Amino acid sequence: MYDVAIIGAGVVGAMISRTLARYNLKICVIEKSNDVATGATKANSAIVHAGFDAPVGTLKAKLNVKGSKMMEDIARELGVKYKKNGSLVIGFCEEDLNEIKKLYKRGIENGVENLSILGKEEINKLEPNLAENVLYALYAPTGAIICPYELAIAALGNAMDNGVGFIRNFEVKSIKKFDGFFTITNGEKEIKTKYIVNSAGLYADNIAKMVGDNSFEIHPRRGEYILFDKECRGIVKQTIFRTPTKMGKGILLTPTVDENILLGPTSVDISDKENKSTTAEGFFHIISQGRENLPSLPLNKNITSFCGLRAVGDKGDFIINSFENNFINVAGIESPGLSASPAIAEMVKDILIENGLSMTLKENFNPIRKSMSYFADASIEEKNQIIKKDNSFGKIICRCEKITLGEILEAIRTNPKPYDLDGVKRRTRSQMGRCQGGFCSPYIVDILAEELNIPYIEVTKSGKNSVINIKKLKEVNGNG
Amino acid sequence: MDNFDIVIIGGGPAGMAAAITAHQEGIENLLIIERDDSLGGILRQCIHNGFGLHKFKEELTGPEYALKYEKKVKELNIPYILNTMVTDISEDKTITATSSERGIFQIKAKSIILAMGCRERAKGALNIAGSRPAGIYSAGTAQKFVNMKGYLPGKDIVILGSGDIGLIMARRMTLEGAKVHAVCEIMPYSGGLARNIQQCLKDFDIPLKLSHTVIEIHGKERVEGVTIAKVDEKRNPIPETKEYIPCDTLLLSVGLIPENELSKGAGIKLSNATSGAVVDQKRQTSVEGIFACGNVLHVHDLVDYVSDEGEIAGKSAAEYVLNSKTRNESLIKIETDGKIRYTVPQYITEKENTKIYFRVDNIYNNKKIILRSNSNIKTFKKQKLLPGEMETITVPLEFLDAESIYIGLEDL
Amino acid sequence: MKIEMTCIICPVGCNLEIETENKKIIKIKGNTCPRGEKYAQTEITNPVRTLTTTIRCSNGEILPVRTDNPIPKELIFKCMDIINNVVCILPISAGDIIIENILNTGSNIIASKEME
Repeated sequence: MYDVAIIGAGVVGAMISRTLARYNLKICVIEKSNDVATGATKANSAIVHAGFDAPVGTLKAKLNVKGSKMMEDIARELGVKYKKNGSLVIGFCEEDLNEIKKLYKRGIENGVENLSILGKEEINKLEPNLAENVLYALYAPTGAIICPYELAIAALGNAMDNGVGFIRNFEVKSIKKFDGFFTITNGEKEIKTKYIVNSAGLYADNIAKMVGDNSFEIHPRRGEYILFDKECRGIVKQTIFRTPTKMGKGILLTPTVDENILLGPTSVDISDKENKSTTAEGFFHIISQGRENLPSLPLNKNITSFCGLRAVGDKGDFIINSFENNFINVAGIESPGLSASPAIAEMVKDILIENGLSMTLKENFNPIRKSMSYFADASIEEKNQIIKKDNSFGKIICRCEKITLGEILEAIRTNPKPYDLDGVKRRTRSQMGRCQGGFCSPYIVDILAEELNIPYIEVTKSGKNSVINIKKLKEVNGNG
Repeated sequence: MDNFDIVIIGGGPAGMAAAITAHQEGIENLLIIERDDSLGGILRQCIHNGFGLHKFKEELTGPEYALKYEKKVKELNIPYILNTMVTDISEDKTITATSSERGIFQIKAKSIILAMGCRERAKGALNIAGSRPAGIYSAGTAQKFVNMKGYLPGKDIVILGSGDIGLIMARRMTLEGAKVHAVCEIMPYSGGLARNIQQCLKDFDIPLKLSHTVIEIHGKERVEGVTIAKVDEKRNPIPETKEYIPCDTLLLSVGLIPENELSKGAGIKLSNATSGAVVDQKRQTSVEGIFACGNVLHVHDLVDYVSDEGEIAGKSAAEYVLNSKTRNESLIKIETDGKIRYTVPQYITEKENTKIYFRVDNIYNNKKIILRSNSNIKTFKKQKLLPGEMETITVPLEFLDAESIYIGLEDL
Repeated sequence: MKIEMTCIICPVGCNLEIETENKKIIKIKGNTCPRGEKYAQTEITNPVRTLTTTIRCSNGEILPVRTDNPIPKELIFKCMDIINNVVCILPISAGDIIIENILNTGSNIIASKEME
């Protein structure tokens, strides 16, 4: 019997699990896919928003500003790359300036610090490559960037190191309440728990309905992105937003913590929660707006494109409430959900306490997790020390990102362990460079097969039927 | 720090040919650095035949061609290190490399020969709409799975791009029991060799769809199908021609790019047309004493030419080391008419017999290649010129008393 | 009968225009060397191909192999069946015969690489 079962291992579920791991509670995180961070968490803008965007008084505003302030310390504890690069909302005309002034005022009311409105000359100093006709900007020096799946992996890993259980490939089919506790099943196995935290992202409404809560709906909103080669580093330093209009927020342009340049997202409501398709119209929209902001956008340095689905609620704000005493919804966590996630986790903890879950602090909670990029970030002397102890750190597997066998093996052996190529990718950055796994994926299949002790043929891209190879050739009488 | 006269980066056909020639020219203090666990480079996975017709007058497979050079390297006792990846080259010719055995280490060279080869254009660069399931591979990755690992990545295949690796893999997968439903080529002509269209596609009744491209990928976990469409002259898909092909695999053979990340680090000037270094007839780059050859310089159609180029670079590097020869500053520029997309070398620094390699930008029938400098004119008749095939001409010495020479195409 | 074909003898890939009578060439255009005509004649009467593939080895790895002479085109898949059911005993050197006179073609399957 668990005290708390958290359904959904996105960044929100992962952060909640880590916050609760500080207490003497029996906790599990349940995830329908093969890994942590495979939903909205793996494909979003990777931004810690300053907090001037959400309307005053909303949960979004409150939790964004609070979460954003907590993020730097959490990132440090978890060894997650975080960079306070600042953000600019750029304007091209008087109308934009009026909007920027509104954002400025709202930001102040929301409690965002150090906001200022810049003119052309100051913008040029910060971002010399922006289009000539960018005349105004709202500057938020507290805006930051982070890698969302790195954060989720590290938070869940740290929670697991502190006793939290992680149950993968468990798609919740039904939830029954009996004698004051829940039985969650996937049709085969059962999990019993006193409290449920529903952080199931796009499927949070489906989960809620399983306990009779029909109070909200979640629908998917497509966001497509294009990622550029690290060679483009420095082309912008701040995160660049356009001034929001009736047509929406527009295409943003930002460096990532791994020094790529990210351009996107589109924003289109769709109906299929599984449809992560990019579209030709999307590419066109991203590129044309991107070029308006940054005329020198090097289109030939584009290395990949992807699509994420926002989990949009029907209430206009985050849906964080308790349906019953022991069923807590954390739903509709669209932007600024990543920024707010530390504060959301705190809020969920407080709700659980209010609702009668008694918790005492663990004496031996360890908030620290070794950084996934400690080897990559080390000096040559430090690296050679590491290689001397374990020479697999001298063998480069991924040529583009220069990721070694040692780093891949360590990732495969560290909580939460990856079981597929994408999992290794998200933890090590192997397969993420300009060749997109062309060279290294056959080797990583080898490594995974050996480490997981499974046949080569069973290695997948992202679990289930996403196999890489379909057949072993030339099997002669079972030989070889 | 260890010092070498010549360090060759890459132990494929270009690097081995360069090392052998440099050794024959009298350089013994040299080193080949190879990132894989054996010499041979990409030839190791190119198990098909067709290599060596020019060099050895016989048709060899990739491994056989590589073995000839590997044997020679060993016979001459040319030092080489395997499983070692060069991570940086500086302008003063300090090389940083890493391996399990030695960790991260630096060596210094009087001369460097770049022979790192090329890589395939990845799917990311294409921005094909649709999902991103398993089952999308570059042709070379599939070649590695099939030929090196012994696994079949899929059974119902669509290939995008008709480069030679794509054609070769169409046949290879067919032989191993897969069904190739179509090869789509966005251009109105194939980028591959004519013989490969015959023996890899026509032999097996595999349709080659020219002026077609893949516009959408379908499937959640594994590829379930692709939508293809015909394209107009501007390469825009024509919606009415959409066709859905069920398949479990999409192979991409959409071009090769010289792998010049290291060259950029050393401050070497690169050409936009070739994505390789700008070189003179000695294959010397803009950084004195650094030479380049093979597919890192420009993508070749035949390995025989790669070896030739390795020999030129090896000889030139040896000359540079032995004579402490500095570059002759008087340059002869090679200009083209645009129909000739690029030449290698891009300029000539000395009056010596020079062979010019070039590619055209389109299919041309019944043309003459015009070579002109000052009042000298020479023409070469050509029945057919294809973008996929490299052409060569030799510049007569008397053409080199000029500031520039011009190469262009004219009607016969 | 008029036939068009691409010569596959070398990478030049000449486009051949052939006129035949009773499977004999009476006119040929497009070949840049005499091998083209020889190729065309074989292609009309008994098309042959060099087969390259891999074979499973006694250590579990796979080894590239090829026919030492071209084999009739229609036997390619039959040859594949045979090769796919044979294990190559190691060590082996490039050029060593693994399967002799496959399908009575007079052609052998030989190793195209060495393996220990």
